[in-house]
Amino acid sequence: MSRIEKRLGTLGRAGEKALVAFIVAGDPALDATEALIPALDRAGVDILEIGVPFSDPTADGVTIQEASQRALKRGTTLPAVLDLVRSARKRTDIPIVLFGYYNPIFSFGNEAFAREAGEAGVDGLLVVDLPPEESSELRRYTDPEGLDFISLVAPTTPDERIAWIAGKSSGFLYYISMTGITGTGRPDPSGVKKDVKRIRRATGLPVMVGFGISTPGQASEMASFADGVVVGSALVQLIHENREGGDMVKKACEYASLMKKALSPSKKA
Amino acid sequence: MSLPDGKGHFGVFGGRYAAETLMTALLDLEKAYGEAKRDRRFREELKDYFREYAGRETPLFRAERLSGEIGGARIYLKREDLNHTGSHKINNTLGQVLLARRMGKKKIIAETGAGQHGVAAATVAALFGMECRVFMGEEDIRRQAPNVFRMKILGAEVVPVSSGTATLKDAMNEAMRQWVTGVRDTYYMIGSTAGPHPYPMMVRDFQSVIGREARRQILKKEERLPDAVVACVGGGSNAMGIFYPFRRDTAVRLVGVEAGGMGIATEMHAASIGGGRVGVLHGNKTYLLQDAMGQVRDAYSIAAGLDYPGVGPEHAYFHATGRAQYVSVEDGEAVRAFLTLSRAEGIIPAMESSHAVAHAMKMAKILGKKKIIVVNLSGRGDKDDRILEKELGGKGHVAN
Repeated sequence: MSRIEKRLGTLGRAGEKALVAFIVAGDPALDATEALIPALDRAGVDILEIGVPFSDPTADGVTIQEASQRALKRGTTLPAVLDLVRSARKRTDIPIVLFGYYNPIFSFGNEAFAREAGEAGVDGLLVVDLPPEESSELRRYTDPEGLDFISLVAPTTPDERIAWIAGKSSGFLYYISMTGITGTGRPDPSGVKKDVKRIRRATGLPVMVGFGISTPGQASEMASFADGVVVGSALVQLIHENREGGDMVKKACEYASLMKKALSPSKKA
Repeated sequence: MSLPDGKGHFGVFGGRYAAETLMTALLDLEKAYGEAKRDRRFREELKDYFREYAGRETPLFRAERLSGEIGGARIYLKREDLNHTGSHKINNTLGQVLLARRMGKKKIIAETGAGQHGVAAATVAALFGMECRVFMGEEDIRRQAPNVFRMKILGAEVVPVSSGTATLKDAMNEAMRQWVTGVRDTYYMIGSTAGPHPYPMMVRDFQSVIGREARRQILKKEERLPDAVVACVGGGSNAMGIFYPFRRDTAVRLVGVEAGGMGIATEMHAASIGGGRVGVLHGNKTYLLQDAMGQVRDAYSIAAGLDYPGVGPEHAYFHATGRAQYVSVEDGEAVRAFLTLSRAEGIIPAMESSHAVAHAMKMAKILGKKKIIVVNLSGRGDKDDRILEKELGGKGHVAN
């Protein structure tokens, strides 16, 4: 059983919801990212998505675009991100998902990437521009390494396609709360609720809701029907704003625990 | 076997590497296009717009003075510059706007480099009373100001894109973001044989009218097929448009001319096949300018319409199978060809098309008088006045 399944299983049995946090590797710097990983784990983050920066992030809004650009300017590469995970893995057992676009992986070599990612302690992959139609060329190498392949479901995805995608996914499904890019706009909870129901009819996989979620109120509302929420742009922005001054990790962790608390209102943390 | 296959692959190239939000839109588009293609009325209507609105067919002009000056092969120019809006781009936008209307979409978005596709998109949007937003890099807005002005006159909104190098690649990134956001009511009108399936196939089909006409015209004029067909390649729509109907004529050499910029040995060029590696960008697998870590590199060319780090996947396939050859021409050679053609024939070519002219002139010399070369003159060069002025150092003339 993968770390992701194990963690989500534990939460599920306890009736708790998952907090998935997204950060961009190398922004503001790789050592800062390395410090954030175990700290966010302690702050209540259940699954960490580590963004592998790409030059052309077509699904991302300005916040993550700029964070990716900053990370690239500092020389962040996929091998460096794998090293980062390898090193962080010694200090934390938090499930780690690499989140990004296909070309850096393809350029590295799918087979070599799968081997190194597995060995470094990566638990899952979410490759934005690799839909199930195209994913077999990567998964023939990553599946044997035990890496979960996490898929996106969008409001525009029809029911039959949801079932088909779910059949080709593991770990969890990432529901994109609105037609849009990351960090822009606010999802409509009633629409999301309906779609999460659609997904539940198609699969037993846990459903995380992301895109446009930044406040405890939103998180708590989404958690009333989903298995967890993803916070991305808001956290990336917070990290950027506090990059100087020494309390960046503390601020990020305060935010994460606030969000985690909002997910489990019944439980006094 | 006809390509692409059912999933949009041309051999190992092409495909549909797109975010899930767009997948359903792409599948719907593929279905709608397939139905339209089989619908005789759709084909007839497009033909009618080609004739009555774009002014097709375009002439295949024998460039006698140019051929004479070189003293080699006979050069014919396929005059796509004579189309309404001044380039081949209108062939594709007419096809796509009819499709958009059929799909019930009322909003159009497009990306543009040189502004030729933007103008062609704004034109058909005006013709069909649709709303049009064109994404254009700030650098391109600066160097192709006349086209920006034309788009605005036509009622389109030109959205400046400042990310990355602020050129075509970034305009396409932004158009894709906009499409994700407005996917339910917006039609994304891609201007080249790029993007996710079905775009490379669909744009090729709409542009193939160039090659069908050229093939018929040369057979009529010379009673034989040409020895070579030459076209410039950025994303590759004009080249695929003229190549495709000749693909089974194996004796006809198909030559794609990429932008060599300051030279392929430098990093300042846009020759994705000549100087790139296979990768995935903007929804398809193809040759890409990229660094060792798979980050997309910035392309450079004096011609804004060639300034793109990728190339249509079918060109990648033609290269891999050897069906077409891909060469490159540098900025300086293109500028010289621009002037040479202007003065020899009274035809001012687009800076993009000048790359094809430059290479055809080189080939003509080598091939000798009995041979025939057809060049796709994809657009006219009025839009390039500022670039040329800068190139000529404000002198307004250059020694031939």
